[in-house]
Amino acid sequence: MDSNTDLQRLLTRRRFLELSRTGIGAAALATLWQQDVLGQGTKSPVDSVGGLAGLPHFAPKAKRVIYLFQAGAPSQHELWEYKPKVVELRGTELPESVRAGQRLTTMTASQASFPVIPSIFPFAQHGETGAWVSELMPHTAKIVDELCFIRTMHTEAINHDPGVTFFQTGAQLAGRPSMGAWLSYGLGSMNSDLPTFVAMVSNRGGNPVYDRLWGNGFLPSEYQGVKFLSTGDPVLYLSNPPGIDRTARRRFLDDLAALNQQDAEAFGDPETTTRISQYEMAYRMQASVPELTDLSDEPESVFERYGPDSKTPGTFAANCLLARRLAERDVRFVEVFHRGWDMHTQLPRRIQTQAKDVDQPQAALIQDLKERGMLDETLVVWGGEFGRTVFCQGRMTETTYGRDHHPRAFTIWLAGGGVKPGMSYGTTDDFGYNIVENPVHIHDLHATMLHLLGIDHTRLTFPYQGRNFRLTDVHGKIVNGILS
Amino acid sequence: MNLRAGVIGVVLTVLGVGSAQYLSRHLQAASLPIQNPQESLDFNQHVRPMLAEACFACHGPADATRQADLRLDTSDFIDSVVVPGDAEGSRLFQRLTTDESIGRMPPVSSGRSLTAEQIDLVRRWIDTGAEWGSELASADGGGRPVAARSVDFAREVRPLLSENCFTCHGPDEGSRQRGLRLDVPEGPFADRGQFGGPVIVPGNADESLLIHRVSANDLAVRMPFRRGTVSAVEPGGEEDGLTASEVETLRLWIDQGAEWQSHWAFIPPERPELPGVVDGEWIRKPIDHFVLSRLEEEGRTPSAEADLMTLIRRSTLDLTGLPPTEELIAAALNDDSPDAYERHIDRLLESPGYGERMAGEWLDGARYADTSGYQTDAERTMWPYRDWVINAYNSNMPFDQFTVDQLAGDLLPDATVDQKIATAFNRNHSQNGEGGIIPEEFLVENVVDRVATTSTVWMGLTLGCARCHDHKFDPLTQKEFYEVFAYFNNVPERGKAFKYGNSPPYITAPTDDNYAELAQLDGEIDTAREVFANFEREATAGQAVWEESLQSAWRVDWVLRDQLLVHHPLNGDIAGVYTGEPIVVSPSVTAGLRANRPPPEVTLPVAVTMEGGLPSFVPGKVGEALSFDGQRFVNAGDIGNFTYNDPFSVAVWIYPTVDNGVIVSRALAGDEGERGWGVYLVDGKIQVNLAQRYMDDGLRVVTRDELPLNEWQHLTVTYDGKKMPGGFVVYLNAESVSLETETDGINNPIRTREPLRIGASGSAPDGSGATDSRPRFEGMIDDVRVYAKVLTQAEAAVVATAESLSDIARIAPASRTSGQSKKLRLAFLDQYASVDIQDAWRHLKGLERRRAELWDSFPTVMVMEEMDPPKETHRLIRGAYDVPGERVSPGVPAILPPVNEDEAPNRLTFARWLVQPDHPLTARVAVNRFWQMYFGTGLVKTAENFGTQGEYPSHPELLDWLATTFIDSEWDVKALQRAIVTSATYRQSSTIVPELLEQDPENRLLARGPRLRLPAPAIRDQALAVAGLLVAQVGGPPVKPYQPEGLWEQAASQDYLQSEGDNLYRRSLYTFWKRTLAPPAMLAFDSATRETCIVRLGRTNSPLQALNLMNDVTYVEASRMLAERMIAEGGETPEERIDFAYRLATAHRPRPEARAVLSDSFYSSVDRFQADRQAALDFLNVGEHPRNETLDIAELASYTMTASLILNLDRTITKD
Repeated sequence: MDSNTDLQRLLTRRRFLELSRTGIGAAALATLWQQDVLGQGTKSPVDSVGGLAGLPHFAPKAKRVIYLFQAGAPSQHELWEYKPKVVELRGTELPESVRAGQRLTTMTASQASFPVIPSIFPFAQHGETGAWVSELMPHTAKIVDELCFIRTMHTEAINHDPGVTFFQTGAQLAGRPSMGAWLSYGLGSMNSDLPTFVAMVSNRGGNPVYDRLWGNGFLPSEYQGVKFLSTGDPVLYLSNPPGIDRTARRRFLDDLAALNQQDAEAFGDPETTTRISQYEMAYRMQASVPELTDLSDEPESVFERYGPDSKTPGTFAANCLLARRLAERDVRFVEVFHRGWDMHTQLPRRIQTQAKDVDQPQAALIQDLKERGMLDETLVVWGGEFGRTVFCQGRMTETTYGRDHHPRAFTIWLAGGGVKPGMSYGTTDDFGYNIVENPVHIHDLHATMLHLLGIDHTRLTFPYQGRNFRLTDVHGKIVNGILS
Repeated sequence: MNLRAGVIGVVLTVLGVGSAQYLSRHLQAASLPIQNPQESLDFNQHVRPMLAEACFACHGPADATRQADLRLDTSDFIDSVVVPGDAEGSRLFQRLTTDESIGRMPPVSSGRSLTAEQIDLVRRWIDTGAEWGSELASADGGGRPVAARSVDFAREVRPLLSENCFTCHGPDEGSRQRGLRLDVPEGPFADRGQFGGPVIVPGNADESLLIHRVSANDLAVRMPFRRGTVSAVEPGGEEDGLTASEVETLRLWIDQGAEWQSHWAFIPPERPELPGVVDGEWIRKPIDHFVLSRLEEEGRTPSAEADLMTLIRRSTLDLTGLPPTEELIAAALNDDSPDAYERHIDRLLESPGYGERMAGEWLDGARYADTSGYQTDAERTMWPYRDWVINAYNSNMPFDQFTVDQLAGDLLPDATVDQKIATAFNRNHSQNGEGGIIPEEFLVENVVDRVATTSTVWMGLTLGCARCHDHKFDPLTQKEFYEVFAYFNNVPERGKAFKYGNSPPYITAPTDDNYAELAQLDGEIDTAREVFANFEREATAGQAVWEESLQSAWRVDWVLRDQLLVHHPLNGDIAGVYTGEPIVVSPSVTAGLRANRPPPEVTLPVAVTMEGGLPSFVPGKVGEALSFDGQRFVNAGDIGNFTYNDPFSVAVWIYPTVDNGVIVSRALAGDEGERGWGVYLVDGKIQVNLAQRYMDDGLRVVTRDELPLNEWQHLTVTYDGKKMPGGFVVYLNAESVSLETETDGINNPIRTREPLRIGASGSAPDGSGATDSRPRFEGMIDDVRVYAKVLTQAEAAVVATAESLSDIARIAPASRTSGQSKKLRLAFLDQYASVDIQDAWRHLKGLERRRAELWDSFPTVMVMEEMDPPKETHRLIRGAYDVPGERVSPGVPAILPPVNEDEAPNRLTFARWLVQPDHPLTARVAVNRFWQMYFGTGLVKTAENFGTQGEYPSHPELLDWLATTFIDSEWDVKALQRAIVTSATYRQSSTIVPELLEQDPENRLLARGPRLRLPAPAIRDQALAVAGLLVAQVGGPPVKPYQPEGLWEQAASQDYLQSEGDNLYRRSLYTFWKRTLAPPAMLAFDSATRETCIVRLGRTNSPLQALNLMNDVTYVEASRMLAERMIAEGGETPEERIDFAYRLATAHRPRPEARAVLSDSFYSSVDRFQADRQAALDFLNVGEHPRNETLDIAELASYTMTASLILNLDRTITKD
């Protein structure tokens, strides 16, 4: 039944009302927007407002997450997964024993042959750990010792929409809360004037992404991610209309608060008091968000590090830099979506520009976080919704080939936030087609991410339709092998 | 069934004991009540809840599990283990704080240890005197304070068993442990054979194994225990197990006889008597008896009636989603009759806004949207269904008919178009058109969605939970899920939907305006036919004379030119002949996603070249023909650039000498196979291909039979632009031949830059290894034509007639083929008849073409249809689409009344079953949602779940009274609304008294009127209405009002083409709803996303809402327009004008202190804008609606600011 959660929220709300009555501070009640009411902001990971009692369940390793989601499914074969055997067997038919009748998408299911094709981009070993990285990722190659590669990610989804939805919400079909919404609900906010959960989409085309990927599902809508846009207002409706400056807005808000306060006293509705504080929060955001997105205080060296795109709003580079600034301001969950990885044809040409988009900025982000002492407490995740086939889709030439969707084994990487640096987890077969050892399912990744944030994934639940739902459904095993 | 038993206990559970329990469970820190450390504490109030949780399992009321003969739930222990005033000296405190190894309590192994704060609380309780204090909710003051209450199974015990036990001892056989189920009486009361006696011995809790197991100290024995694997319902860690008060509830219930009842919601409602009340004066309607009786039991009184203006505004917003107009208010205020309010309600129920408001609610459940969902989420046309819903409510369609039409209107005898439109309900789900998907997978998902949605909306059942296994809580088996599934699994639909537009099955659904237009045109056509018929005799005579004159002509011919794009006669010249008629090829098929880019204009004449050699003409079928050698081909230039929704035809004479070769194409062999369209000879058969990516994104048909080589034959291929393989017709020598489908599933528009080619298709550069290169034609080709329309069979026969007019004229009429006769006739009418006849003929043909185009322009709507024979349905193992189990037939869950076996097992029977009077759920679920709409919370709070995990009703008898009244009224929806909104319950003041808020924060007892933030659409609609901007047009295509730029572009690379004029100001119900990127302002105010069925919305309060109301163009413009109204209609002084606007927005005059703030605010704006007139102008320039330029800008800007203040008031966006 729902009554406990609702009642609990009401009681929490009442407590804040009491606090505001005693003059401690006007409290924003919605968890997402929770002001640090006690104003004693010692910055420890547990110092958050809102969220559920009893959370975190144990001391967290990571305080926040930056998820660099690569929508469209990047090819592991051209980036991270070095398979000498495939080089050897170039152009030969993928052995039937490898595919073993597993399903393919209808884009290649009736293809007459399935020749394996190695990356045309050479791989080399990097760092002290000697991780293999292709030449498409020269900057990332320099920081491999910070990364933890999971080579055995797998999913059931074979198409983009269900695949992306699965990674972000733990289910293939619409309707479930996104991971960031779960965290906002469970852990509350760590700051007083920014959202808990921010999503950004870089301005490269590709398969669409959707509100549900940062949506609240069946959780209350206050937990939905706030989308930062690169054109117009970064946060919807943030700017005052033309002709209304901050002074005029302040006066407006004072008058509005006075009127609402009169009504609160007349009608006794606590929602009215809450609304006053939400308008105050809005006013603070009108200052804090532009301050956040205004990069003019960053030295030139920072732009050099993140690369030439970093001055152009809406690029992956600019969004990585923003992600760092959001992390600095204790936003709990930052998600950067980068579209355009879906390469059924012309992969060699297209992946070069695509890799160039992300390589330097993502490496810069990791280094930057590290230098600022934030990497230890920031979990960075990089990956798409599935991988790509080792066999060629369509025409195969030295410069032209494609790869279809491959959900059975693919590579993602993590960094910081309690994850072992400089390691590689899981083994695939010679073709990178099937998992040989240590599979990691999406549910396992989610369980592990929640674990790093101090949450027992089996105990972060929300009652809906008579069931206690979890991000990990009824699954999920913590991948202990990657924990530092 | 007696639902009233033990009603007194409800509030205890919900608010009293319950809250204490939750406090101690979840909010230890927050609940610590002590401000002053010196204050004396009360055991029952402060300490007991905590100890109940931690200690009562072993030291509580249960004798069987009691340890050390110590109980802490009665005051006796104070004498034995407590030294009042000396915590350190008290054994109780010592055991709470001692070292673990010496036996700290509670034992660590119990997982119930106390926190430091809790221990400190015990210390303070003892140190301040160890007062026993007041009894908790005690009636008898005895040692066991809650012992006297009578436990109600349905309300208290079943939910407890459901929540804690059913996962392993419930309906799901697959996960049932030890063969014990506790959801049916056969389980707990039966002898358990080798496992011992029954787990429940009625009347004797001590003898009941259930009690032993739930209160056992040993974690290995205690139930429910945490299992090694994580179950679906996972009580968390130390919170495992029942609380002491829950155990107590079970004990009491067993001791009181363990009376068992089926789950209340599965028992058909019976009409209850109106309960007696002490003070009946307050009562206005039957509903009030139930509410008042309950309030009296709780010792409370209802609130006073709200003032009339409040009631007018409340009811108008509730019933129409709009604020009351001046006229409505005046009509109500000027009505002196005692039933003035009732008459006001009747006016609302008769207004068109009523249907719009009700439809908005319904469409959330129906997951209605204007796009298909999933990846591309492109536009579809379902709004005729939305308008059907509006009309159904406005015409007060009975709810049973409303049900049957939506679920099975297509199966009704002589189903009307409206009844078919209604079935769009079950086609509103998302459907996937993503490239590469496996159609079978999404065929299943479509049906699963239908079952889940239908059962939620009509039955409040979470039947969808039984997809993969038996339901964990409700008596619904997985097999039963697939039996219901079978009703909805027989639709001739595609698993891979069209990416753009509607997918079959769909019907044309003309609006009233469409019908009117059509009728007018039909009238014109009738007249034109008549006019032409009058020329019949003259034409026949004229044709005879003409034919005779032709007989002596050397060679006269004629070509059917209607929508002929190009004609290559190939008589000594490869050039084409172009009619010069402007041919409209369909505009961008992705309309709504990308700005329309019209196809490039074709420059006539088109450059035509011979490639691969010099042209070689030989005697042909019609004059000369062009000879092809497998190398040469004609590049016929940029013409015929058809995409998948363009109708077209290709006609050609061929004389093939080998059995493979391209005849005509506009295609290229590419990386992903062929792209474009083409007509080919493949292994002696005619193949027609239309593809974006040949393997899974195209259409391909092939003739069944091979055609002979080395002879002339005429080929006409037509395509109707409907994206289905059945849309191809191939005529060989004017006869339609049978076709086989090779690929079916075209999803993307296929414009290609390749030219039209005769005898070849585009191939990739040499050595590229391109797949699917096509051999060029060998033989002869003659008389190639491309039409931008579907040639009829008769026209195909004419086109296939090679003989010239003069040749035909020389054949005796009786010996002519039908094609020959038609060719003569058409040529005569087209070119040789008298001008009057030609005109009459062309006029008629033009009108007929316009009619076809008009019909094609009408909206379509996806509907339900049945396949014959029906598709087989199987249980799907673990719900997986590709693992079928045994076959199942349509059927309904056994826990519900049986379906009529005499009727066909189809959706119609299912729909009628839902509304049979003894169905226990349909009426209850429906009335509960209406109640929720008015009061914010349903009588059953879990409006989406009436199963055992759902909430027990706050007023069970009222629910049943409403349900049975609804059925007995023949499902009269308006009567039901009237019954609710005219009740004294609804008419109460909504002012909140602090102590009531504390005790009943959600107003479940209904001791006050509803006070709720308006739903998202009403907030915007109200602002538009008070601004005078609202355009009150009902129905029609969706509109695209203001939306911040970049929203669609950044996430989906799609353009949002904002509407213009009136369409910026339509009700929010008509706002284009893109499922995956829904209107942001609606989402900010808690709208459903419409991705799935939602029947209960949240209500949050966030800064995004504040930003939206302050800064969205919508509200800035509305403020300006309200300001103009203030000046024009609001009186002379600022104060009068402020009053006017305030009244429009809230239906009240501002109180003096509010007026003071508003007027002060106004004058400060005046000062500012007079000093900065540019700012005023900038502010006033927001929004598309023109400004009244006769007004002073500083003054108008100041009023605009004040109007904005009023539109932002909490009171304005709240229904009070």
